Amino acid sequence: MDSKNRGRRGFLKDAALAGLAVGAARSAKGEPIIAEYSKKDLIAYGERSRFVTSMRAPVPGRMSPDAFGLVFHVSTPLQDSVGIITPSSLHYVATHRGSYVPEIDPATHRLMIHGMVDRPLEFSMDDLKRLPYVTRVHFLECLGNRSNGAGKTVQDTHGLTSCSEWTGVELSLLLKEAGVQKGASWIVAEGAEEIKGASSIPLAKALDDCIVCYAQNGEAVRPQQGFPLRLIVPGFEGIYQTKYLRRIKVVDRFYMTYNDYGHINPDPKVTALTVQWGPKSVITFPSGGQQLSGPGFYEITGLAWSGAGAVRKVEVSTDGGKSWKDAELRSPAYRMAHTRFGFHWKWDGKECELQSRCTDELGTVQPSLAEAGKFWNDPPEKPRSRGTDNTIQPWRVASDGSVHNAHG
Amino acid sequence: MRMVRLPWLLVTLGACFTWAQSPTYGVGKTPTAEEIRAWDIAIGPEGKELPPGHGTAQEGAKLFLLKGCGGCHGVSGTGGRAPALVKWPDNVPAPKPPPPGMEGMHMVPDTGIMALRSPYAVTIWDYINRGMPLGKEGTLKPDEVYSLTAFLLFKNDVIKEGDVMDAHSLPKLKMPNHNGFSDAPEWKPKTPRLVGYP
Repeated sequence: MDSKNRGRRGFLKDAALAGLAVGAARSAKGEPIIAEYSKKDLIAYGERSRFVTSMRAPVPGRMSPDAFGLVFHVSTPLQDSVGIITPSSLHYVATHRGSYVPEIDPATHRLMIHGMVDRPLEFSMDDLKRLPYVTRVHFLECLGNRSNGAGKTVQDTHGLTSCSEWTGVELSLLLKEAGVQKGASWIVAEGAEEIKGASSIPLAKALDDCIVCYAQNGEAVRPQQGFPLRLIVPGFEGIYQTKYLRRIKVVDRFYMTYNDYGHINPDPKVTALTVQWGPKSVITFPSGGQQLSGPGFYEITGLAWSGAGAVRKVEVSTDGGKSWKDAELRSPAYRMAHTRFGFHWKWDGKECELQSRCTDELGTVQPSLAEAGKFWNDPPEKPRSRGTDNTIQPWRVASDGSVHNAHG
Repeated sequence: MRMVRLPWLLVTLGACFTWAQSPTYGVGKTPTAEEIRAWDIAIGPEGKELPPGHGTAQEGAKLFLLKGCGGCHGVSGTGGRAPALVKWPDNVPAPKPPPPGMEGMHMVPDTGIMALRSPYAVTIWDYINRGMPLGKEGTLKPDEVYSLTAFLLFKNDVIKEGDVMDAHSLPKLKMPNHNGFSDAPEWKPKTPRLVGYP
């Protein structure tokens, strides 16, 4: 199989080179200009231009790879993002204790559903692909995303969110096939990787909109994202999005797994905020670390999303939150998905502060850090957001056109 | 007329009910009880899934070194590259900051020590069983997991050195952080996650 593949690839490579040489551009001296990457396999699987250098970055604090070679947290370069889909190769990566990417052969991978069900069931990947599927766009976001002074760029402050088109079988369909028994109230979703990461998920959510996904952005789910099977729990915090999914156990209580235990908090109000994301948005241009070339027209653009549903409205402020104007939605506003917004802006060359805020389909409005602090009765000079942080990110544009985290 | 039709209505309703309970697609196979048991490693707080076996802190202390736990977590369960498992003793000066590149391995503060933070002892058993030792996950035998759990509980003053941990005693332990967590509110679709939060 392997040697066969290589032989075929080698042939394709030669064909690609031959084909390109014929139609390639020519330099002033008449020699064809052939890009370095055209010497690679451009037929079997494409590459981006070498002029495009957008990169993920390990999140500081605990490097990836760490002292054990484990990947912990890697962030998406949101400052370069356009549209609403994150390229799969730039999707953020987060693991609970640090992880290797497991090598899972889809031919042997199984998903088992058992526990409080009438008929325990086991599905091969082929079985799952026989069933009706859905394709939906959903964001994922890690609790580690925090809008505070610690980050300089939007990759630092918000890079642990990404958005993909996910395809797979609705979990509700599989649970109905198994027949959920009376008295069941939670599921435990578990992966096949070395640590077998598991999370407790309310049965109501499992039956509502969760998807057992085998595809992401039109191809198989990437290994770092859970190949061959990942549970997508739309709008919930990242840890619930169980990678390498191999088991769903239907149970009658919260199971307090190792993943769950990382989230626990004595304050029920904080616990409520750790599960599902609130309405949130961030300006990706101009954002921290970027540079405006001078006064004049700029399109302010960014992303908005909510764990509760669709984005209804995004507002932008260019005066540090004193006044707000509606931005335009520049993409479809899918439920629990990144939504692109744009806002015409003429910069007068003076120092100013840019903010965005999202209102979701429930009418909930993204709070500022000060508003969050007020809710928690924090001292006004030390506001702090709890649980998943959805507070407003302010960017300060200096008179020289440089952009900075206004929390910094 | 009505009296005649009613039984038919009941029969129809009954048929619908039965239909709703049976599988629509019939895809997939039924796993054997054996196959389910082999994979069923999620242990709930009541410990219903705990396997037979037992262990003590004395046995756990030996295993902690034998299985290489001390190599990453520190020979006494603290001060290693991997997260601390035992609270730092009050009368010993705290270790120096780790060298560059190793900082992250000390990121778990004392409040993160499992035996002190976990509301249930069973969660420790479950985690050691599924996730340790690094690179050899799933190789520990139940007796070994009971012993290592007992060792960590003893080192953090939750149990006495000779206390035997098994499927019966482990779920019954009252942990230091027993009341340190709260349940999330019941999740409902299209409902704010926390009413009143701005």
